[in-house]
Amino acid sequence: MISKHLQSFMRIGMSALLASAVLGFSAGSVMAEKVLRVAPHADLKNLDPIWTTAYITRNHGYMVYDTLIAMDGDLNPQPQMLEGWDVSDDGLTYTFTLRDGLKWHDGAPVTSVDCIASIMRWSKRDGMGQKLADFTKSMSRIDDKSFKLVLNKPYGLVLASLGKISSNVPFMMPVRLAMMDAFEAVPEIVGSGPFVFDKDAWVPGAKVVYRKNTAYVPRSEPASYAAGGKRVHVDTVEWIYIPDAATTMNALVAGEIDFWESPAVDLVPSMEGNADITIKVIDPLGTQGWLRPNHLNPPFDNPKARQALTHMVNQEDYLRAIIGDEKFWSTCPAYFMCGTPLDTDIGSEALVKQDLAKAKALLKEGGYNGETLILMDPTDIPVLHGASLVTAQMLRDIGAKVEVQAMDWSTLTSRRAEKKSIADGGWNIFHTYSTGADVSSPIANIGISGGCEEKAWFGWPCDRDGPDSLEGLRDAFSEESDPAKQKAIATKLQARAYEVVPYVNYGQWFQPTAYRSSLKGVLISPVPFFWNIELN
Amino acid sequence: MFGYVIRRILATIPVMGVVAIFVFLLLHLTPGDPAAVIAGDYASPADVERIRETLGLNRPLHIQFFTWAGQLFQGDLGVSIFSKQPVIKLIGQRIEPTLALATTTIIFAVLLAVPLGVLAAWKSGTWIDRSVMVFAVLGFSVPIFIIAYSMIWTLSIHLHWFPVQGYKSFLIQTGTGIDGAAIIGIGFEGICRDSGRAGCGLVPFFRHIALPSIALGLVYVALIARITRASVMEVLTEDYIRTAHAKGLSPRVVLIRHALKNASVPIVTIIGIGIALLLGGVVVTESVFNIPGLGRLTVDAILHRDYPIIQGLILIFAGVYVLINLLVDISYTFLDPRIRY
Repeated sequence: MISKHLQSFMRIGMSALLASAVLGFSAGSVMAEKVLRVAPHADLKNLDPIWTTAYITRNHGYMVYDTLIAMDGDLNPQPQMLEGWDVSDDGLTYTFTLRDGLKWHDGAPVTSVDCIASIMRWSKRDGMGQKLADFTKSMSRIDDKSFKLVLNKPYGLVLASLGKISSNVPFMMPVRLAMMDAFEAVPEIVGSGPFVFDKDAWVPGAKVVYRKNTAYVPRSEPASYAAGGKRVHVDTVEWIYIPDAATTMNALVAGEIDFWESPAVDLVPSMEGNADITIKVIDPLGTQGWLRPNHLNPPFDNPKARQALTHMVNQEDYLRAIIGDEKFWSTCPAYFMCGTPLDTDIGSEALVKQDLAKAKALLKEGGYNGETLILMDPTDIPVLHGASLVTAQMLRDIGAKVEVQAMDWSTLTSRRAEKKSIADGGWNIFHTYSTGADVSSPIANIGISGGCEEKAWFGWPCDRDGPDSLEGLRDAFSEESDPAKQKAIATKLQARAYEVVPYVNYGQWFQPTAYRSSLKGVLISPVPFFWNIELN
Repeated sequence: MFGYVIRRILATIPVMGVVAIFVFLLLHLTPGDPAAVIAGDYASPADVERIRETLGLNRPLHIQFFTWAGQLFQGDLGVSIFSKQPVIKLIGQRIEPTLALATTTIIFAVLLAVPLGVLAAWKSGTWIDRSVMVFAVLGFSVPIFIIAYSMIWTLSIHLHWFPVQGYKSFLIQTGTGIDGAAIIGIGFEGICRDSGRAGCGLVPFFRHIALPSIALGLVYVALIARITRASVMEVLTEDYIRTAHAKGLSPRVVLIRHALKNASVPIVTIIGIGIALLLGGVVVTESVFNIPGLGRLTVDAILHRDYPIIQGLILIFAGVYVLINLLVDISYTFLDPRIRY
């Protein structure tokens, strides 16, 4: 009896094996799907780019959604979903008109109502969006393809805000999703962008799959940053999250992935001699490091003590420690990044030339009495861990007592929100970094805000009284539309920032990207885009 | 025996309850804030607070616990704070690679370690014994990632025998049912059930799982071989072994039927512990070989403070540990007739 069952089972099993072998062969031979396999810098955990500011979700947003306006390579706003716009003579009324052929992934047409709702939801979460909302008197539909934005007073950053290239990007969503609470994630991913998110193939923590949106109509202009024609030359883009850097490198070398967004800089030399691999900096703006003191706790509640940090920091020491290879970094004293329209070195003498004696004297003048300074060190992020250790040593060099508290980044993000005194578990310093796209404008740069406990970012700098304060100058910048005048205001703002020291810039670096040399059309941009790329 | 099994299964209920309370409290008392992680680095403190509110993270701890426990009693492990996917679905996506890795690893380890251990005991004091013990010491001492990277470098990068990373299921689409749904089966090579693309089946599965299994298995080979050797050596000094030899039985029969069987209780115990440890201890191997399994899911969830996933995983791990211990205890009754419950 048993042997009979066994024989029967084996017969079925062998049939299945043979059948599957045949099926597998035929399927493999007819499928010629073009798949671009990407190792992204992080795992995509959240799908709503308005709900979170995480860069990986921003990058996902660019795959699935589209924007009304987009920044080109000269950081000028260009129409993207729009046919164009008109501005009234008094500068108070903007009329936007959608271009033809825009469709959501579910097939419905994109309408002006969708766009109004999307702008409103975005403006509840984004700093520039909130600023735009403050200046907005009304937004109203003219017809299905056009709508009107009316300001209560002139605002120079309307187009720059709607064309913001980094988090939170004002992506357009269907009205049923855009009407949702901005503090809750949207339950479905329906955009009008060049790729469609394949929800069934998504394995959080491992793989994200995007299919080419065959209904997408790209613009006719060549692609430039987020602007221009988003022409897709592959059928599928797979984001394969590989947590281990050495494995990612091996996978790239073996041809198992095509594109590695953020290779560890110390692994780059291992790939440089390989003709199959191209190493390139595709983000020309780079990344800026921030040493953020807590303005609420002594001694850094005193500007003298914060200025001591500026005299203490030597950017080269940080950059050698955290990046190493000189071709991927440069010292840069500009608060709004070097190589951008607002680049200036005004007020930066203290940062450019390290002076530990002066730093020591200023720290004392700032009221430092030998108390232990709490430095939060996120050991799971190598760049920030390295920067923390450099700062700790430099602080000791100027006579400060430092306690380096090791923790993971998640704990740090929780601890940094604490406004408590040191005795009650508060903190003095932590480090972070921000991409050039996020700091190259005084409004987008949240670190430079002097909005005090109510409005400023963690660390809570407070400088908002009068037109020459940080906040006064940020307001003046936002109300100005003439680039030359904006530059003059930004210059004054930087000079003021070197007095107030909301944070200390510990250098600018450029993250290289590695990809198979067979890829063509990889775009230069602060955000990695996967249109325009051809697989050869 | 049946009563014993029932009693043991019932005894898992309070164990799981204690684990649930302990894990919940431990997680929520640990610093770290999922709302801050979700909001991202550039969100304002007010935004973080608002997200915390919408996630219900600022409700009193006991309310959060009873809400979670209530869901648990209905078989609902909750929803990931980040991806908004049901925890059970996330675990379901990851369980096959981990089970496959654990199974192939333990099969590889047992098939290699038990003969090596028996051989070492039989040839005690000879070069064979010493070689096995050197191998065992090396297996213990060399970290998994060193073994893993060395194998990748030689066997994958240079010889191209194996892929560097990833996992391919042994399950494939073998056809389509009358309702249009794919029929899933096992085959040499075919279309993957999840992606609908070619590249799954037994051949790709073994090509992808071979290196991780060997890298992970070596430490278990060392462990099991040492225990087997010690256990068999002890049995070989027993009177009944001398008697068996005196009766004229062949050395092979004495070794396999009399020595190994009587030495098997500690060997089975260590294999059982090995299986339990494997399920929770595959993190490094899963990371190095980029296998999307439960180990990586656990680490990611801990780093991001995704409480529902961590709680669900720990409950499952605890359940597996209890179950494996039970199976090991039951197996003793078959291996040693003197043991009765």
